Amino acid sequence: MSARETILAGIMANQPLSQDLPIIDVSAVIQYDSNLSQFKTVLESIGGKAIDISGWFELQNMVQDDLAAGKRVVNAIAEIASIDPALASLEATELATVQRAYLKGGIAVAENGSIWLDETAMVNRLLPFIAEHLVIVIEAKNIVATMHHAYQQVSSFDTGFGMFLAGPSKTADIEQSLVIGAHGARSLLVCIIP
Amino acid sequence: MSSQANFTHAEAAEQFIADEPRTDWHDDTLWFVREKRDKAANSLPEWEQLRQWASDIKYHGLSNMHQLLVDFEKNAIANGIQVHWAVDGKEHNEIIYKIIQDNQVQRIVKSKSMLTEECHLNEFLTEKGVEIVDTDLGERIVQFRKEAPSHIVLPAIHLKKQDVSETFHKHLGTEKGNNDPQYLTEAARGHLRDKFIASELAITGVNFAIAETGGFVVCTNEGNADMGAHAAKIHIACMGFEKIIPKAEHLGVFLRLLARSATGQPITTYSSHFSKPRAGQQMHIVIVDNGRSRQLGRESFRNSLKCIRCAACFNTCPVYRRSGGHSYHTAVAGPIGSILNPNLDMQANKDLPFASTLCGSCSNVCPVKINIHEQLYLWRQEITKEGMAAKGKTFAMWGMSEVLAHPAIYRMAGKMGRWVVKHLPFLTNNGMNPWFKQREMPEAPKESFRDWYLNNKQK
Amino acid sequence: MKVGLFIPCYIDQFYPAVGVASLELLEKLGCEVSFPLNQTCCGQPMANSGFEAMSKGCDKNFVSNFKGFDYIVAPSGSCVLHIKEHLHDEDDPKAADEIRSRVYELTEFLVDILKVTSLQASFPFKVGLHTSCHGQRGLHLASMSELVAPAFSKPGILLKMVKGIEVTRPKRVDECCGFGGTFCVFEEAVSVKMGKDRIGEHQDNDVEYITGVDTSCLMHLEGILRRQGSKIKTIHIAEILNSQL
Repeated sequence: MSARETILAGIMANQPLSQDLPIIDVSAVIQYDSNLSQFKTVLESIGGKAIDISGWFELQNMVQDDLAAGKRVVNAIAEIASIDPALASLEATELATVQRAYLKGGIAVAENGSIWLDETAMVNRLLPFIAEHLVIVIEAKNIVATMHHAYQQVSSFDTGFGMFLAGPSKTADIEQSLVIGAHGARSLLVCIIP
Repeated sequence: MSSQANFTHAEAAEQFIADEPRTDWHDDTLWFVREKRDKAANSLPEWEQLRQWASDIKYHGLSNMHQLLVDFEKNAIANGIQVHWAVDGKEHNEIIYKIIQDNQVQRIVKSKSMLTEECHLNEFLTEKGVEIVDTDLGERIVQFRKEAPSHIVLPAIHLKKQDVSETFHKHLGTEKGNNDPQYLTEAARGHLRDKFIASELAITGVNFAIAETGGFVVCTNEGNADMGAHAAKIHIACMGFEKIIPKAEHLGVFLRLLARSATGQPITTYSSHFSKPRAGQQMHIVIVDNGRSRQLGRESFRNSLKCIRCAACFNTCPVYRRSGGHSYHTAVAGPIGSILNPNLDMQANKDLPFASTLCGSCSNVCPVKINIHEQLYLWRQEITKEGMAAKGKTFAMWGMSEVLAHPAIYRMAGKMGRWVVKHLPFLTNNGMNPWFKQREMPEAPKESFRDWYLNNKQK
Repeated sequence: MKVGLFIPCYIDQFYPAVGVASLELLEKLGCEVSFPLNQTCCGQPMANSGFEAMSKGCDKNFVSNFKGFDYIVAPSGSCVLHIKEHLHDEDDPKAADEIRSRVYELTEFLVDILKVTSLQASFPFKVGLHTSCHGQRGLHLASMSELVAPAFSKPGILLKMVKGIEVTRPKRVDECCGFGGTFCVFEEAVSVKMGKDRIGEHQDNDVEYITGVDTSCLMHLEGILRRQGSKIKTIHIAEILNSQL
């Protein structure tokens, strides 16, 4: 027998009688007075920063400022500038020097400050991890209360890769001292469009 | 695969505690994590309901495991993922070695996977001359030191920053005596970035595998799993089959519980959902049994397979906090390890179910409601039933049970015991009596309660 | 109301005063109490060591002693929990079932069955309350710090009725003391360290006494306190609730 057959036969012989799935009653979970303010509070508590912006032009200005300061920025937001067609296929060595990446997030979650990014939004899977700093824009109307609500709205496995991103990269592996900026981004700025 | 340690938990714990200030530090540090967990749990009024949902989803999964795995495999293959099956740790390691050889790669990075620890993958590959770089900061630290992780979420929690500083000075050339965690983390970031960028193959664990989509989720705070997986041209994800959950929507339940239980964070920084290799990339999944199907058949112990490896039971365990992970001499330490490891090798791990006061705190913090302390009790029964208890202990227990089953003998023995404690204290107050080592014996009263009752109440 | 008083073996032999206080307290509260003379032990020491099979003789003896009472009450959460979860008698399964459903820990009995609202007790001392695990997490005598649920404590409710007492809680309100049955000798180092840490937190509160519902925990803490030469004493909650100081 192959390993597959051996394992599946062992499981078939040993698994207990089927028990139904529970009904997840989403109306029974926490609600916030304001998903927006809860999102901001939690994001700050996990090392991120939130600002309200009035439109795309503000982001365009930020990109211009970065470029003027001689920074290597990568834009993955079609609304503020055209996206470099080569971005999708850039390798790690080519992305290693990116100082700031601009991305557009989807659903955001008030209870934990996370933002859904799928492969379409990232353009290149490595980009949100390898960039030194991240700027993500979200729309206030896309903030939901909890992960249950988020999964009702995102098709989490459709694009091949996607993630909930919550704040900048961090570690506390040395004596439980929190250090921001482990292997991924050192900072996360979330720009919220009303 | 489980190797026989040459010490018991009690012996290793005694050594650990010999350095009392360090024990206090270890205890306080982990208790702090437990307190953060409490705070996070209390932020959700539905916490106990969430635990019940998670437990029920997991039980549904265990009771439909065969079908869910078949579905998962089918969907994963349709997504372009190559699926492998391994009966035990050895097969798991060989599958990975074969992929390495077939692709002729040398630069390999690995993010945290307790399964690869359980299978001793690093030792196996080192013997084959393949170098593997652990990229989780804590794991990199212990890898430099040639130690095993002492905690499944906080691998280097047994070390102080001075220890890390010395290790990094030796291996990364950091300033001698610079113990600043920020500085040390920055050094590791630079060192590991080079490894990521150069890596050809990345190994990750799996937190959840979703049957309906054929995808899987990996959770980290550092971003190391993703740095590896998206930079390398080959990604191998390793999972015990119990990581399966039926649907993507169930992630809503588990991702709400996992990080809150583990560290008190509302969610890990990265909750990455993989379902297809990127263009030009190979993606492999290795599904491992290694005793899990046997555990599935043990009615009393199958619920242990619900575990999502949050380590909340470690952090709350008063014994773990005061004995350290290495005293458990297994890849997965702590209370959950003490109910998983006897299934892997009962003889080698027969001490572990006894490394507990059965206080029950572990079961209360468990996000999937595993009755850990009850299973510890039940493993004790299994171990003695298999004749694995020490002869002296068996004899003493037999003697005690005979005395306690016969009231007259009990009364005589009680009288003698009290008399001995009173008149011949040296018989009990000596080095042979572990109670007396750091505790006084109770003072012997002149009469038992029964004697008093007969004298005062039944005249 | 016929109450069978169950005095666990180590209380019988080493802490008779706890038995006396329990008996007097129950009688004061109007119970008709008898102490079956051939009782020994609940069988827990064997069972928790993995020798559940050896506790059959104990079980049988327990059933023959406590058959037929309206309630069985003991000043020990741990022994009561063991009876509740593990008492079996192949020859008389019905009697064993009945006992399992009628056995109560003392404070639980006072609060839930007798519904005591006042006590004629006074104890003018500062007392630290140790929460014993089996009573708390097993019998639910008190809320548990791990769970998201309203706070309560049956021993705490009763101590509030005692005149003059000042009750304090340790910082880690319900951490185990490390007794753990045979754990206290087979894992001596961890056991003692846990006990020392509990004592440390009570010392920080400047207590004169440490009390609790389980004499086993208190015996362990007392052993360490006496070795340390500490002035802090241990006292079973029954002795406080029965006290007229």
